Formats: sequence, C-alpha cells, structure tokens
Amino acid sequence: MIPTPDLSHLTEQDKLHVYDPAEDTFLFLDALEQDAEDLKGEKPLICLEIGSGSGCVSAFIGSILGSTNTLYLCTDINNRASDCTHRTGRHNKIPLDPITCDLARPLLKRLQRSVDIILFNPPYVPTESEEVLSAQLGRGISGSWAGGTNGMEVTNRFLETVEALLSERGKFYLVTLDGNDVPEIRERMFRAFRLQCQIVAQRRAGIENLHILQFSRVNR
Amino acid sequence: MVRLITHNLLACHVKGCTSNNFPLALKDVQIELQEAEFNPEFVTNILPRLEWSALADAARQVGDTSLPAEQPEMMDDDLLRNLHHVLLEIHIVEGAMVCPNCKHIYPISNGIPNMLLAEHEIG
Ligand SMILES: C[S@@+](CC[C@H](N)C(=O)[O-])C[C@H]1O[C@@H](n2cnc3c(N)ncnc32)[C@H](O)[C@@H]1O
Ligand SMILES: [Zn+2]
Repeated sequence: MIPTPDLSHLTEQDKLHVYDPAEDTFLFLDALEQDAEDLKGEKPLICLEIGSGSGCVSAFIGSILGSTNTLYLCTDINNRASDCTHRTGRHNKIPLDPITCDLARPLLKRLQRSVDIILFNPPYVPTESEEVLSAQLGRGISGSWAGGTNGMEVTNRFLETVEALLSERGKFYLVTLDGNDVPEIRERMFRAFRLQCQIVAQRRAGIENLHILQFSRVNR
Repeated sequence: MVRLITHNLLACHVKGCTSNNFPLALKDVQIELQEAEFNPEFVTNILPRLEWSALADAARQVGDTSLPAEQPEMMDDDLLRNLHHVLLEIHIVEGAMVCPNCKHIYPISNGIPNMLLAEHEIG
C-alpha cells in the first residue's frame, strides 16, 4: 500500500479555486499503484503531469519512484494550482517543479521524445464550447472540469503533441469518461500516431463511468 | 521554485518565435539555496537530455562558476557534485526569464514561472 499524499496543508481558500482530489483522482492513483513495479523498472528520468491541480497525483507517483530518481514537472493553467502543487511537493518531501502554462507549450521544444511518463487528468466534462473558452481564459476552478464538445476540446489539443513528447519506452496516462468516446480516441491515436492504448482501470462514480487509459508506442 | 534543471527545459513559445528562443535569459533574479539529496546516477543519466552550455551559462548568471563552459569528456565525482548543486539546489524565487529572440518577458513570482500567453501571442 502506498499512502495517499498528505494534503492537510491545503486551505479552504485553496479548495475554492483549485480542484480538490475526487473519484477521478483516486482512480488515477489506483491505476498508478497497480503499475508501480513496471513504472519503477523503466527507471524514468522525466515525469510530466499536465493539469496537476493540488499536486496529489505527482506527489503519489513521486513516492512510488523515489524523490531523487526522477524529475517531476507539473503544469497547470491556474497559477493557484501551481502554488498548491509546489506546497504539496514540499509537504510530502517530493520535489515537484510547477510551471503555470497551457498544456506543455513551453516544454515542447526541449522535451522532444524525452518524457518517460506523462499524466493527465483533464477537464473532461462535456459542456458548450463557449463554456470551455471562458473557463480556459478564466484560469480558475471551472477550468478544472469544463471540456466543451464531448468533453474533449482541451484534451484533443494535448493529444496532438503527446507522441512528440514521449520517449522511446514512454507511457502516457489519461483519465476519460464514457462521454469522451473512448473507442474513437483509441482508434485515432493508433491511426495518427501509432500509439497503442490499454484501459488499465475503470470505475463507476455516480452517473459517470471513468477509465484510465495508458498509451505507448507500438513495436518496442 | 524554478530550478536550473527546469530552466534548461523551457523555451519561448510566442507565435512565430521558433528560433533562437532558448535559453531564456535570467533577469533580476533572487535565488535561494536548498539542500537536496545527492543521487549521482540521476545526475549522470539526465545529462544527455540537457544542454550543457545553456546550463553553465545560467549558473554563471546567478553567480555559480563551478561548471566549465564546455562539457568535459570525463565526469569525476567533484564535477557530478557541482552539477547536482547547479541543477537541483539553486532555486529562482523571484525575477523573470526573457526570450533572446522576441524579448518576451516571463515572470517568476513566489517560485513559480508564469509562461501563459495572451490570446494574440498564441500560435
Ligand atoms: C480534473 S482537474 C485534475 C487535477 C489533479 N491532477 C487531480 O487529478 O486531482 C484538471 C486540471 O487541469 C487544469 N487545466 C485545465 N486546462 C488546462 C490547460 N489548458 N493547461 C494546463 N492545465 C489545465 C485545471 O486547472 C485543473 O487543475
Ligand atoms: Zn520569443
């Protein structure tokens, strides 16, 4: 059993503005724990989390992989989330390096085929397109869930760049729900980027059916 | 905190700014030193993913001259320790990073780099 990161330092104010870990987060932790031995075996050097929010997921994988073996880069569009991520790292003795930015944009040039683990629990809730636009511009709490058409508008922008970032044996984990059309995502990622996909965890949470997808290159 | 390992991986991403957009120059930076556990294997293995001259130069900009300008052929223990310090123990707390090409300024505040762009700057 790997303990869930201690988030007791987060304040009520933090929780008003930054995504508080929920069912999706915990399913993500379970999936990573299941894969713990495989992940460690690959000796990953760079782990990148997109939309780190509280920092819970990166702190957790940090306790699997060790605090000095891997660089943990964390991005979020919400500056307050970057601050929470930073503090969660310190509180759990895992150095997390936060960057406030859109997806992985400032890292794309330097991290070509260099990232061993990529993690993304995206804003996946289907909404009107206008809602995702204003949520992305507002950079606050609504940006943590508003996903636009099929809940995929933010995720799709990232899917275009993920293959370029993944190292030879790299793995990309993505949280999705039924409304995101998982079969379509799998087929598209295979067709366009030769990334194969496995569903590594699945759980029903209220009306949502959540999954964790894991992508890797074919022919390794 | 912006550690120099992170600085070595960030480039300007303003629309149309695609060459000479790395490394970002450090401006008016305040640094803090925080001890980190030395892991020689990590430092050795991460090197191929980093750019030496940008790193040595960034270190010099914050007053650390322990790295030679060119990457030496052989790594000894002293050099690995210097690298460990430069990469992982120097934290930029306040200041800014400036694109050498388009001069865009990315602020660092409370240890967090803000690399968000306005709508019209996005490619
Ligand atoms: C569902 S929350 C997940 C938070 C945390 N990783 C977790 O699992 O509890 C989605 C996160 O993505 C961030 N986000 C939304 N759009 C983003 C974008 N374009 N770039 C980076 N982060 C983004 C949100 O601010 C939010 O913190
Ligand atoms: Zn620029």
